[in-house]
Amino acid sequence: MTDTKIIVNCETGETLEVELTAEEVAQRQADAQAFADAKAAEEAEAAAKAAAKASAEGKLAALGLTADEVSALLG
Amino acid sequence: MPDTFIKIASVTVGAGGAATMAFSSIPATYTDLVLMTSNRLTGSNPTVNLQFNSDTTQTNYYRRILLHYGSGASVNYTNDQGGGGYATYSGYTASTFSNTSIYIPNYLSANQKTYSADSVAENNSASDYFSGIFAGLWTGTAAITGITIYPADSTNWVQYTTATLYGIKNS
Repeated sequence: MTDTKIIVNCETGETLEVELTAEEVAQRQADAQAFADAKAAEEAEAAAKAAAKASAEGKLAALGLTADEVSALLG
Repeated sequence: MPDTFIKIASVTVGAGGAATMAFSSIPATYTDLVLMTSNRLTGSNPTVNLQFNSDTTQTNYYRRILLHYGSGASVNYTNDQGGGGYATYSGYTASTFSNTSIYIPNYLSANQKTYSADSVAENNSASDYFSGIFAGLWTGTAAITGITIYPADSTNWVQYTTATLYGIKNS
C-alpha cells in the first residue's frame, strides 16, 4: 500500500490526497526509527530501575526488615 | 454578536487509510486555533505527533504530559513532536476512536508558540488505556500556517479518523 498524505487547503477548502514524496518517506522512516530508539531507551531505563528496586528490597530483607517495612520504605 | 469560534476546515480519512493529515494555508484572520481530532491508528503505540509549518526537527518541540495509564499516573517530559495527544491503536477495542482537543493561542505571534491539549484513548480494559493533559512548545517564531498530525511510530491513520480545525477570534 502506498502511503498518502491528506492535505486540506484552508483558504480554498480544496482537499487533496497525495502520495508521500521520497523526502517525506525518508523522514517518516527516520521518525519511526527515532521513536523506536526512544521507546527502547525508556524501557531499558524502567527495567534498570525495577532491577535496582528488587535488589534493594532483597538487601533490606536480608537485614531483617519485614515485607511491610520494606514496602513502607520503598513504596 | 461576533462569531468567535469558527470552523476553518475538516479532514476525514478514507477507506485506504493515510499516513498524515495536514492543514495548509491557515488564514491569518484569527487570534487562536483549536484542533479537535478523533483518531485511530494501525500501529501499536498511541502517541500522535503534532508538527507546525512542516518543521521536521524533533528537537524544536517540547512537551510535558500529565499521563494516566491504567492504574498509574506519571509526568513525562520529552523533546519531540509527540504532543498531538493519543490515538486508539490496533490492540484497542474495535471501532473506538480517541478524542483530543488542542488549543494553540497566539498562532500569529513572532515568538515561540505554546499549546495545550487534553486527550483520551479509551479501551475496554481496566489496565490498558491512556488519558493525558499536555503542555507543549514549538520554538518556531513564524506565524503558524500549517499543521500536520501523524502517528509517532509512522504507521497509518485508519478510515474515519477525523481532524477539524477551528479559528478563535478575540472579538
